[in-house]
Amino acid sequence: MNSLVVAAVLLVLLGLAYQVGWSRSRTVAVGADRRLHSRPAYHGTLAAIWVLVPVALVLGLWALFGPGVTDSYIRSQIPADVAASLEPAQLNNAMARIRSIASGYGVLGEPQPFENQAGQALRQFQLISFLIVIAAAAGLGVLALFAARRRITPALRARNQVEAVVNALLVACSAVAILTTIGIVVSLLFEAIRFFTFISPVDFFFGTVWNPRFSTTGTGGEGDYGLIPLLWGTVMVAFIAMFVAVPVGLMSAIYLSQYAHPRLRSTVKPIIEVLAGIPTIVYGFFALVTVGPFLSGIGNAVGLDIRATSAATAGLVMGIMIIPFISSLSDDILRQVPKSLRDGSLGLGATRSETIRKVILPAALPGIVGAFLLAISRAIGETMIVVLAAGNSPILRLNPFEPTSTVTVTIVNQLTGDTDFAGPQSLVAFALGLTLFAMTLVLNVAALLIVRRFREQYE
Amino acid sequence: MTDINMQQTGSEASRKRLEIIRASLSRRHRAEAIFKGLGIAAIVLALALVGTLFWQVFSKGTPSLFQSTLHLDITFDPEVVEVGPAPEAGSGLSPAEYEEAYLDWRRALALVNWNELIANAIRDVSGTEIDGGDVRALVDNNAGLVLRSRFQDNPDLLGQTVPMDLLVSANGDNWLKGTIDRDLPDERQQLSADTRNLLDELRADDVITMDFAWHLFTNVDSRTAPASAGLAGAFMGSLYMMLIVIVLAVPIGVASAIYLEEFAPQNRITDLIEVNINNLAAVPSIVFGLLGAAVFINYFHLPISAPLVGGLVLTLMTLPTIIIATRAALKAVSPSLRQAALGLGASKTQMVFQHVLPVTFPSILTATIIGVAQALGETAPLLLIGMNAFVASVPASPLDQATALPVQVYLWQGNENRNFFEARTSAAIIVLLGLMLVLNAIAIFLRTRLERRG
Amino acid sequence: MDMIAGRGNMAEQNTDKAAKVDTLSDRRVRVSTRDVCVFYGEKQALYDVSIDVPDRAVTSFIGPSGCGKSTFLRCINRMNDTIEGARVTGKIDLDGDDVYDPSLDVVELRSRIGMVFQKPNPFPKSVYENIAYGPKIHGLANSKSDLDEIVVSSLRKAGLFEEVKDRLHEPGTGLSGGQQQRLCIARAIAVGPEVILMDEPCSALDPIATAVIEELIDELRENFTIVIVTHSMQQAARVSQKTAFFHLGKLIEEGPTEQIFTNPVHKQTQDYIMGRIG
Repeated sequence: MNSLVVAAVLLVLLGLAYQVGWSRSRTVAVGADRRLHSRPAYHGTLAAIWVLVPVALVLGLWALFGPGVTDSYIRSQIPADVAASLEPAQLNNAMARIRSIASGYGVLGEPQPFENQAGQALRQFQLISFLIVIAAAAGLGVLALFAARRRITPALRARNQVEAVVNALLVACSAVAILTTIGIVVSLLFEAIRFFTFISPVDFFFGTVWNPRFSTTGTGGEGDYGLIPLLWGTVMVAFIAMFVAVPVGLMSAIYLSQYAHPRLRSTVKPIIEVLAGIPTIVYGFFALVTVGPFLSGIGNAVGLDIRATSAATAGLVMGIMIIPFISSLSDDILRQVPKSLRDGSLGLGATRSETIRKVILPAALPGIVGAFLLAISRAIGETMIVVLAAGNSPILRLNPFEPTSTVTVTIVNQLTGDTDFAGPQSLVAFALGLTLFAMTLVLNVAALLIVRRFREQYE
Repeated sequence: MTDINMQQTGSEASRKRLEIIRASLSRRHRAEAIFKGLGIAAIVLALALVGTLFWQVFSKGTPSLFQSTLHLDITFDPEVVEVGPAPEAGSGLSPAEYEEAYLDWRRALALVNWNELIANAIRDVSGTEIDGGDVRALVDNNAGLVLRSRFQDNPDLLGQTVPMDLLVSANGDNWLKGTIDRDLPDERQQLSADTRNLLDELRADDVITMDFAWHLFTNVDSRTAPASAGLAGAFMGSLYMMLIVIVLAVPIGVASAIYLEEFAPQNRITDLIEVNINNLAAVPSIVFGLLGAAVFINYFHLPISAPLVGGLVLTLMTLPTIIIATRAALKAVSPSLRQAALGLGASKTQMVFQHVLPVTFPSILTATIIGVAQALGETAPLLLIGMNAFVASVPASPLDQATALPVQVYLWQGNENRNFFEARTSAAIIVLLGLMLVLNAIAIFLRTRLERRG
Repeated sequence: MDMIAGRGNMAEQNTDKAAKVDTLSDRRVRVSTRDVCVFYGEKQALYDVSIDVPDRAVTSFIGPSGCGKSTFLRCINRMNDTIEGARVTGKIDLDGDDVYDPSLDVVELRSRIGMVFQKPNPFPKSVYENIAYGPKIHGLANSKSDLDEIVVSSLRKAGLFEEVKDRLHEPGTGLSGGQQQRLCIARAIAVGPEVILMDEPCSALDPIATAVIEELIDELRENFTIVIVTHSMQQAARVSQKTAFFHLGKLIEEGPTEQIFTNPVHKQTQDYIMGRIG
């Protein structure tokens, strides 16, 4: 109810302000011998902005401090001797009961006299404070409106001022993306540093054992937090994924961009784009229930011990996931190679495949390398497939058919369901996140710069 | 070297050249065919792999869209349902007192042995006497609740007989569908031989039929009653998050794209911002989850598991996509349009908002849909902000605990009752993929449609 | 004013060439086309073009833009094959071999008919690799020294050797525009073609580079049959011995260059040469 009143007051004020600004500007324009600098709509908008700022300020302050003020008022209404006799929990309970009485909902059992009194007083207090706040907001708004109205002259550059406000809003919006990056870096760094107060960075970055449990006996109470097994698992899975995705993705991009009939292209390309959007959890499930058992079946048939959840399973499925990504990026890059190079080679009597292998691919190489780097970055940051299909076994193993674990899986394991960030067990997730962020940052920036230079070359 | 001499050697050399070229032709054409074949093979392989994925998901999930349902005539026997009349609001009770009386009545309802009603109904159709344990094995645990809430909504049912549809238990469903091996020895079966026979009998008599599993869409998740677990809660959670993403990411994204493309000075800082945004678009999603956990939950103390936090995290993730796409769209607007607008005396702001932005609307819309579709399928960051908590209610607001569709997939695939939940997970994936395909199809449709018009 | 100056200049050139032109009709026909039509989908771009291209001479195709002269040029080495929906009817012979005979290999054909494009399009490789590309794919060099020899002689024939001999291993894209175009000519020569097609080879070049290329073309006709498409009448007059005028997809008139420019039969040709259309 209250918020409805507030919204209504605000809307009425803003509408009024716009109207006043609009009509005032027209009036002064008629009286003066010069034309309005800005159209009436801008004067109206400017007046509305003038009103909005103080009103929003008052309401914002009340939203921020109102609950605290109310709390202390309730506390002041509880007789001192009663308050002294109550435990903190009981005090809170009493305050909740007083609130209930004030709201008219009532309480169970017979309310104590002081509760009834306090409830009535609170009811009045809430009403009065609400009215004061509304009145203050509206009054300030009206004052601001008068001030804005007085400012209106034909020469007032209302449009420029409105545009300045718009511009400021645009800048604020652009800042969000930068703040996000800063937020990522600062929060990761901050929590990672807290982690490093428990575990030395050397043990973390160069440790070869991952076993983050409190050891119940002896020294070294924090367990082992060696990054190397996780990093190795990450690299191995990403490598297997690239091994699958690069040939298939690149060859299909080549076929689509160089051989395919436009009609085939215009059918297959959107399909590939949609595939790139399939949630990774779906791929993870596919790995778990289909690919894993399939691989392990093959292993049985040829006498190899292949585990259903292993680096190979996760890598293979991740490769399938990355195929559309590589194909789509490479296709864009290949199409940017000027047609004149292709014609030049064909004109010399080269076959299409010779043209592609010896002219187009070398010309597109930087861009394609950039695409591969982005794909690697995606592979090492991929989470759900490895969570489901890699087997979660953070042990340094060379055999890709054994279970493994990655940086991302471990982040999920260490942080899921735990948010107090007290011990190294959860804080290590941020050190891992920082490592991951740094790795992908290097890959992304390198890829972006390479691709950008490639584009500029052919523009 | 005379002219004639040169001509002669020239033609002789060219004959020799032609011979060399002709000799190599078949080899080169073979190489060409192999190369082209590899290209086709790559596309076929890629499509086949994804086809397998879809086929697996659909063949596993479709059976789960239909579920064994018991059709029984339930009699609300007063001897079993021994509760007083429901309290009425008003009648001299304060709201708080009414609330308490009503709670007491509901507590009494909870103590009723609803399974006995079911056992009686089954006895009536099959002639088999069964006890409460058999009912629990046969019918989903939720069935009692269904009866209870039916009665709670309409206490006049006391003494009446009404036809009701109840879900068979997950194990019973497995048995009837054959998702558990029917030839397994008795000790490895989840259900007793009697229950299995009863199930087969009821199925044969059409008391149990395979009905479309509407509850998949209307029920919330459930641990105790797996057969009636549904996606409603996850769906609402996802819906809240998508609304937050649309409300926040689109205006902020478009505004910052406008600023960067139209107003920002071209210098090293803008260059840095561009690299920053492109990098953000490629930052692993799980890092955004860490950001959400550290900043939104740990620092700002926003509620854990809430769609609000999920929505904020996904907004930050989607923002770069929208900014990049909008900038590309703005860049593609022809300079002549800008010059025409400026030439008519429009200010730069007017030019951008009144002339350039409307032209880019289709692209922005497409980018928004694709961004939202991406956010809809995102799982990893949500795990870090507690959205993998088990939530057995539909969130009433973005501040309530909730989960999301992809997270529900994650939760269900981990359920111990694999026989049942593998299919159920596939069904959830079908729903998720269906939503994403619809979104993508809309995007592609709008793009072709609006671009053709523009 | 320009036109008149151009014509004056042209006349001088033509008297210069009179001695060579009279032998034109005696020369062997290298490429002969009969009733060639080209369709792009439903649209017809070229109507019944029949022309003979004489051996070791420069034949130029002129006409206003969009008249089909480039389209026709690209039919001769079947570069139109690479365009979706393009269809060619009629007959084109190279030394009596039907170019569009299904049994004729397009790879072989293009090794016999080289092509130079409107914009210089050196591959993003070194100067050396650019020239060596053709001989390598066709297997024309048995050894590194063979290849070196082909590269050097091709560069010499294209008049580029002296300018680039010190930077054979630097990227071809680093050369000036005129040098790049001569590099492309050298690249075409390296395969040893009999005919070289040039599609407005000077349109992207400055006047000085253009003059160098024109001089080169004049030298090259000693050893090659050259067909050049140009939008510059002066260029056609300066370098070619035979000229064909195209208008709206039709071959209007063909004949010795001198005759076309001084005494055209058709009014349309005359109008174009006088600058009234185009």
